[in-house]
Amino acid sequence: MIRFDQISWHAGAFRLDAVSFTVPAGSYGVLMGRTGCGKTTLLEILCGLRRPAGGRVFIGERDVTGLPPGERGIGYVPQDGAMFPTMTVREQIGFALAIRKRPGAEITARVKELAEHLGVAHLLDRLPQNLSGGERQRVALGRALAAKPSVLLLDEPLSALDEELRDDLAALLKRLQRELNLTALHITHSRREAEQLADVRLRMEAGRIETAPAG
Amino acid sequence: MSPPAQRASPFWISLAVVAGLYLCFLVAMLVATAGYTTPEKLFAALGKREIQYSIFLSLVTCTVTALLSLLLAVPVGYLLARARFPGKHVVEAALDIPIVLPPMVMGLCLLILFQTGFGRFIESASVTFTYTVYGVVLAQFTIGAAFAVRTMRHTFDHLSARPEDVAMTLGCTRAQAVWLVTLPAARRGMFAAASVAWARSLGEFGPILVFAGATRMKTEVLPTTVWLELSVGNLEAAVAVSLLMVLCAMAVLAAVKWVGEEV
Repeated sequence: MIRFDQISWHAGAFRLDAVSFTVPAGSYGVLMGRTGCGKTTLLEILCGLRRPAGGRVFIGERDVTGLPPGERGIGYVPQDGAMFPTMTVREQIGFALAIRKRPGAEITARVKELAEHLGVAHLLDRLPQNLSGGERQRVALGRALAAKPSVLLLDEPLSALDEELRDDLAALLKRLQRELNLTALHITHSRREAEQLADVRLRMEAGRIETAPAG
Repeated sequence: MSPPAQRASPFWISLAVVAGLYLCFLVAMLVATAGYTTPEKLFAALGKREIQYSIFLSLVTCTVTALLSLLLAVPVGYLLARARFPGKHVVEAALDIPIVLPPMVMGLCLLILFQTGFGRFIESASVTFTYTVYGVVLAQFTIGAAFAVRTMRHTFDHLSARPEDVAMTLGCTRAQAVWLVTLPAARRGMFAAASVAWARSLGEFGPILVFAGATRMKTEVLPTTVWLELSVGNLEAAVAVSLLMVLCAMAVLAAVKWVGEEV
């Protein structure tokens, strides 16, 4: 479960006041809203990359408001994939486990498993500049899932892709979310994506969130 | 892939003429200097003990300065590129002081600083800077580091912070994210920053003359040699050393272009 409880945040004239919403455990939440309305800010607050001025953030039953990003049990996929420029696909996917000092054999096995699942096994020795947009997003997804997070956060992950690839990746996202029983929060401008993916639709309007079940 | 060439039009041709004239002027200057001497005179000058010492001292001090400049420029450049804090514009302007102040004035400021109680305390707690080789390095560092900071800030400005954010969500602290993700991506910028500091230090004259002196076989670096040889009318030696500095500067330029300043 993801729960925002009375979250507020301001920078200059921009402010979010008392934002509250919940994405139930194991559900796929899709958050929509106009450009600049604060969707990415909310995601960054959930990641721990921005500190809210007030309110609490919960992942499961755990209050994670004061926790550093790496201790929240999240996987984060930004818009452009945000690849690590000097690392191979193998190193990117194994990064979260290497940071946790997991044994080499475990890292190798997990990288292999994820790479096969995501269809990037033939790309393991490539650098990001030699990947297509779709391949980058698959690698970013593998990197986010390597440490087995309970929550997956996606910030317009399909917006830079062509339509056919978009449908393929959307199907992959939905399948992974179901198989791994993840709670997902996905930001998008695309109604089509929302229709394909959402269990819970959230709409951000004038600093407030409206929730509507998908259907 | 490089962009296709522009179609020749009066506009582009006039710009090319302006650039070409300037380039011709620079090349003419270098060719005239090179033609002023012969290889025999060049090698004779470079064979002098004092000049060999100044070549050695220049190479050592410039390299030490480049490394020290990088040590300062990486954290300061990162701070300026990523952090927002009150008074940031003032800090940025202050860090440009060594770039905008006349070099001779920087030397004078250094000399005066080390005459104060604070300066004397630093010298008593570490080494003597005034009129020593350490002073040569400090004078070069004072100016070279400012250029290195500018280069590193530019480098970090052009590197997205997003991969760092992702690294933090994957379990890194900020320092680990910078070390493992950002710095490897900034290596070309770091090379460029060190090269700029090195090249700038090689040509530094005013602050070294004022702060470290121009004592032969002690604090004499290549620009000092040019000045000392000119002052005694030995134009051949001054030209020989100048040509050596031109070669060094061109080598650094070529290296920076080759590695690529863009990150």
